[in-house]
Amino acid sequence: MTGLLHRVGETQRRAVRIRVDGAEVSALEGDTLLVALLTSGARLRESEFGDGPRAGFCLMGACQDCWVWTEDGGRLRACSTPVAEGMRVVTRGAPWPAP
Amino acid sequence: MAGPVIVVGAGPAGIRAAERLVEAGLRPVLIEESARDGGQIYRRQPEGFTRPHEALYGSEAAKARALHAAAEALRPRVDWRPETLVWAARDNALLVNAAGRSESLPYAALILATGATDRVMPLPGWTLPGVTTLGGAQIALKAQACTIGARPVFLGTGPLLYLVAWQYLKAGAAVQAVLDTSPFMKRVEALPWMLARPGLVVRGWTYTRDLQKAGVRIATGIMPVAIEGDDRAAAVRWRDATGQDHRTECDAVGIGYGLRSETQLADLARCAFAFDAGARQWLPVADEDGRAGVPGVYLAGDGAQVRGADAAELAGRLAACAALRDLGTAVDEIEMVTLRRRLAPMTRFRRGLERAFPWPANLAAALPDEALVCRCEAITAGTLRRAGGEYGAPEVNRAKAFSRTGMGRCQGRMCGLAAAEVLAAARGEPIEAVGRLRGAAPVKPLPVATEAAP
Ligand SMILES: Cc1cc2nc3c(=O)[nH]c(=O)nc-3n(C[C@H](O)[C@H](O)[C@H](O)COP(=O)(O)OP(=O)(O)OC[C@H]3O[C@@H](n4cnc5c(N)ncnc54)[C@H](O)[C@@H]3O)c2cc1C
Ligand code: FES
Repeated sequence: MTGLLHRVGETQRRAVRIRVDGAEVSALEGDTLLVALLTSGARLRESEFGDGPRAGFCLMGACQDCWVWTEDGGRLRACSTPVAEGMRVVTRGAPWPAP
Repeated sequence: MAGPVIVVGAGPAGIRAAERLVEAGLRPVLIEESARDGGQIYRRQPEGFTRPHEALYGSEAAKARALHAAAEALRPRVDWRPETLVWAARDNALLVNAAGRSESLPYAALILATGATDRVMPLPGWTLPGVTTLGGAQIALKAQACTIGARPVFLGTGPLLYLVAWQYLKAGAAVQAVLDTSPFMKRVEALPWMLARPGLVVRGWTYTRDLQKAGVRIATGIMPVAIEGDDRAAAVRWRDATGQDHRTECDAVGIGYGLRSETQLADLARCAFAFDAGARQWLPVADEDGRAGVPGVYLAGDGAQVRGADAAELAGRLAACAALRDLGTAVDEIEMVTLRRRLAPMTRFRRGLERAFPWPANLAAALPDEALVCRCEAITAGTLRRAGGEYGAPEVNRAKAFSRTGMGRCQGRMCGLAAAEVLAAARGEPIEAVGRLRGAAPVKPLPVATEAAP
């Protein structure tokens, strides 16, 4: 599946590798986690209310729609978290503990 | 009152406020949630990106450069706290969180320059991946050099609708349509107010002309029906001004209907609010210089009233003058008179924008019962209507208690204004009768410290 977001410049940056649902994904240094995930995929998480996938909305830290779970159960706001080498996140079937 | 002067927000308003305080010999605290200064319009790209100011800010490049230079010059002279969220205000102190640690900062005076976010009207399908706010679409481009899609539709109303569509056109996206809920005649009727800033009228017209030249379909006076797609946005259904139905295929949708002021902190600092009929919003009350009803609290920029970036710079400086004066520092009256005079046409222009691109309150009543209003808690319009009807919730805070609308993680930033419209329409009452969602601490969820696995 193609990603939601398309790069239109600034592609000369150093590559960063992360793991998404167990698979290796390549991103660029300076990407937000949201951009890293959505240039290669089309979802950040499953809505805990069963209404389908979500992929963020405001991109500016206001809507809180872009939360992503790390493999060890942590929570990151993807639009305001810079991607870092070795991050491991899950976008499917993650538990959703009360906030 | 003990403590320094604290400025919240390092956008145009906050930077110019801090700068004026420094000129008076103070060392204010300048707090900003994001890593870099600049605010929304002059948002910076991360370190390591190379596009010049001209590419990022277009006609506003010189202003952006000046503001960024001012912010850099300030850094050694202020207590600069980036990546710090102000999450509450009480008893003349702010509660702030940085890197997972919270502390309380008392202030002698507080200048809130918290800016605005997109104002959104929900429609069926608005939670699909590929749908962002107009501001979000712009941030993707400006701060990350990405488009939200190769074939986007832009939907809503206001100057940002045309600006973002134009920026996408320039970035090489195949913009499928610009769908504006405001009838074109409104713009003509608003001209006497809009002409307070003729340069901006001309610029808006240029964007429209460039889009038309490139063959982009622009429709005004439309009614959005739904965004369709399985697991991602694939088409927008809409009705044109003559009542005909259309379906425009796309791979992304940017939506927004103007801006809403970010007022939670003003609320927690106990500022009084009043209903602003032009904006159809409850806004914190302040005098011309930015003094809120509470002693020692000042409001500047879009967080007080949405007058745009140029006004934010002037209002920030003016609020700092007012604070200095109230703290006993002499400020030349001529400076304040000049600032007030320069702000006057901007206030008039704002009233023009409200007339030209009105918030489409009527769409809330037309929203189908099954449409999600609150995306955090997946609350439908029907549930909200029942809270107002069967359960008799007379205002938004009671409706929130019954339906959880506005209780989610975004604290009603995205749904609050639309939810109030849905409730008012269901109860057959004017919008001001259903009140406003009160701010609650923490104003945003506090980050949970998490580290990348090795
Ligand atoms: C997404 C978006 C895009 C826009 N694009 C344009 C454009 O292209 N052209 C144009 O003319 N106008 C644009 N505008 C309008 C323009 O942004 C504003 O007029 C201008 O930026 C307002 O300046 P300000 O200083 O009042 O607020 P802002 O520039 O919004 O700055 C407010 C700052 O306060 C910070 N903040 C808020 N709350 C807290 C808190 N609790 N703790 C810590 N920090 C906090 C924010 O992170 C932000 O940096 C845009 C507005 C938005 C929302
Ligand atoms: S996309 Fe809205 S908070 Fe991240």
